[in-house]
Order: sequence, then structure tokens, then C-alpha cells
Amino acid sequence: MKVGILALQGAVREHRHILHTLGVETVDVLSSCDLDGICGLILPGGESTTMGKLLVRYGLLDPIAELGRRGMPVFGTCTGLILLSKHINHSDQYRLGLMDTFVERNAFGRQLASFEADMYIPVLGKTPFHTVFIRAPYIEKADSNVNILLRYDNRILFAEQDNFLAAAFHPELTDDTRIHAYFLEKAAAFHKI
Amino acid sequence: MDIIVKETGTLNVKRGLAEMLKGGVIMDVVNPEQAKIAEEAGAVAVMALERVPSDIRAQGGVARMSDPEMIIGIQEAVSIPVMAKARIGHIIEARVLEALDIDFIDESEVLTPADDVYHILKSAFRVPFVCGARNLGEALRRVGEGAAMIRTKGEAGTGDVVEAVRHIRRVNEDIQRVVSATPMELMTLAKDMGAPYELVVEVKNLGRLPVVNFAAGGVATPADAALMMELGCDGVFVGSGIFKSGDPARRAKAIVEAVAHYKDAALIADVSKGLGEAMRGQSVAQLDDRDRLAGRGW
Repeated sequence: MKVGILALQGAVREHRHILHTLGVETVDVLSSCDLDGICGLILPGGESTTMGKLLVRYGLLDPIAELGRRGMPVFGTCTGLILLSKHINHSDQYRLGLMDTFVERNAFGRQLASFEADMYIPVLGKTPFHTVFIRAPYIEKADSNVNILLRYDNRILFAEQDNFLAAAFHPELTDDTRIHAYFLEKAAAFHKI
Repeated sequence: MDIIVKETGTLNVKRGLAEMLKGGVIMDVVNPEQAKIAEEAGAVAVMALERVPSDIRAQGGVARMSDPEMIIGIQEAVSIPVMAKARIGHIIEARVLEALDIDFIDESEVLTPADDVYHILKSAFRVPFVCGARNLGEALRRVGEGAAMIRTKGEAGTGDVVEAVRHIRRVNEDIQRVVSATPMELMTLAKDMGAPYELVVEVKNLGRLPVVNFAAGGVATPADAALMMELGCDGVFVGSGIFKSGDPARRAKAIVEAVAHYKDAALIADVSKGLGEAMRGQSVAQLDDRDRLAGRGW
């Protein structure tokens, strides 16, 4: 089983490290031919305007969106959550538009508002998850087909919709592999098809 | 949902923002219009400053922190992170920038140093800092003071990449020396480099710097930027190289693409076509010692 990591910009190394810890082979995705044979794709944290533009310039946006619509699991962290969303408040920036969510960018404020905290995420069990938010977005609202996995202060911070998984925080900046393992279950199920 | 402890301004979130900038280009801008051009080209952040380094070099005088009004104008113009420079050792300029809710402070040798002995104690701030370095010892002293990101000093405002290359090669060689040293040798290595011992041990364990390391100082073309990535930098700062060139918007975009695809020479050839004139520049070898900025920092 091979999982792709969008490697145009951002926290690629950290996602790669966690997947290798979990014994999964990874591919850096820089052009559409890198998408061949992967059974899941991670969209890392970075700058969403930069990544959106590079996705379009190098013809990756449509092929990734098409694979997603055909059922390939896609996991977005921070910037990835923005790229996955159909609606980005106050912005016409490029996106994959695969999840029925409304996203607010830099929603907590600038860097001084960036924070870390332990949060209980029921789907991961009883041990809290250490969440790191960097100039983070959140999901303001979502259609009923979106399954909300973490809500704090009336903001949706972690959610899934069928084969898509989106976190406003950065599990790749911790040593906790539970969220990646949760995503890999989706990828493994897709791999069997 | 329950939350246990919420903390801001931690080492994790400071270093974390630098991690998110990896593989990207940070561009010097002097007004909101340039900031918009940079964002449109795909910059991951902009550095707000009053004069780009080549103008500081040409005009001389004392170079200081920018006018807060200009910084606010740039913050309002773009959604990407906004950085700004403070003079080496100028605690109050740094506090003012923090009060402006700036995303990152560059304690920079490009400005005229305010203190010729001490650097700012960056761990005392909630905002992250980036600092220049020419070798591993200097990089680790800055990390020891709390810098969340390092960049090569290069020789800013020259358009000559040779110093940036020298600095990243030197950092890489120093890291190799640390990695191949036995535990018994580390204390003497730390002494010789003027680096905190604990950080030397961390470099040995990680096999790299504990923070993100960008290139800066003299990058003028897409090929220069890709060269710095090839040599192991995590991303690139471009100062005078963009807005002192013939066609800033196209050059900015080309440099962003060359960094993202630095191993793809055919792509770099393609984006480098017809970019117009690069900044004219000045060979570092012909500079007087007193005109070299990289020697500032202690």
C-alpha cells in the first residue's frame, strides 16, 4: 500500500516520518504522474494560497479532485482542510472542493494566537490528543453529511465525509500516530477495492 | 468538548510556523502593492521593510525597523504571514513588532545593529524569530537565544549568491562533523564552535538543525533559488532580487516554481525564459570589508 503526500510546499517531512513510523510506503506528489498507484493522499500544512496556485499551474488540481470523487481517501491538515472545502469564506482561491464545509481562514488570528492544547477526540479513544494550531482555519459550518469528530467553542476542528478527513490542527507536529492510523484504515479499505 | 490546557507562544507553535513555510519563498516588500504581487506569485510570506537591502547598500545611512503604518498596510493587503525586521539587539523594536501582531521577526544584520555585543533574548517573546547565521556555531547560539528559524546570511543586496552558498555549505560541513563525532568529542566541538553543548547533542541526534533553515542573501534568479534548495536549504528568502528586476511579477512566480520543483531542470529552464533583466548586482569579491553585512552578529 502506497500513500501520496502532496509535496509542493509545507510540512511534508513530518507526514512522511509518521507514515514511515507506521510502516507505510510514501510517494512525494509533485506532478500528476506521481498519483499513479497511490491508495490515499495527504495534503500537508503550508500556505493555502501558495499550494492552490501550484496545484493549478502543474495540472494537479483536477486529477486529485477526480480521484477523490472516485473514492480515493484524502486527508488534509490545516491548509489541506482549506483545500478540501467547497466553501472558503471571503476568498476565491483555488481549492479541490470535495467536502461540504464552510471554512474560515486564519480564523483564530495571526501567529500570536497560534496555540497548542490537549483535546478529547472520542473517535480516538479516551487518551487526549495533543493538538497544535498554527494560524489555523476552522470549519464554521458543515452540511449534515459531514461527520464532526471534534468541536470546540462552537468551531469544528476535525471532521470526515466519506473518504475525506480534515483537521484544522497539525497531528504531523506530534509523535501521536492515532489520526494517521485512522486515515490509513480508509486507505486500506480503498486499497482492497 | 473538553480542553485541558491551552498555551500560546510556545516553542512548538513558533517552530511550527517555520515548518509550514518549508519549500516556499519569502519575499521582501516595501509597500502593500508589492505585497499583493508577492502573494499572487505564490509567496508563503512577505518581509515588510522600508528599503530593500540593495537600496540600503546604495543609500547608506542608518537602517531601522519599518514604519508601523507601512507594516499595518501590508498586513491588511495580504492573507499570508507578514514578517518584519528588527535591528540586532533592539529589544524595543522587537516589542513594537510583537505589539503590531507581526507573524515573525527577523533580527537582521541587514539593519544597522543596535547592540554590538548582545542579541535579543528571543525566548522571552511570544512571537517567533528568524536569525542569520554563517556556520553551525552561530546558528546554535541564535537557537539557544530562542530563534525558531535560521537563514543563511549570504550577502544581502548584492544579487551575488556566493556567500549564501558558502554559508549553507559551511553549516552542512559543521553538521557532518558533529554527526560523525563520538560523544566524548562533543564538548570540545561545542567549545570550538561557540555553540551550546545541549544543542550540539541535539544536532548529533537529529542529523540536522533543530529548526528550519532557509537561504537568504544574494538570490536573484530561479536557478539561484533552486541551487540553495539543492544544497539542503528548506526554503528561500528573496530580497532585492525580485523588485529590483525588470519584471517582478514574472520573476517572483518563476522563483516560487523553481523552489517547489528544484530537481526539475527542464521546468527551471522553462520558467527562466524571457524573465527580463535580473537585478544588476554587485560582486561580493569586489566589496570592501566595511560594506559586508554578514560580519554583523556575535
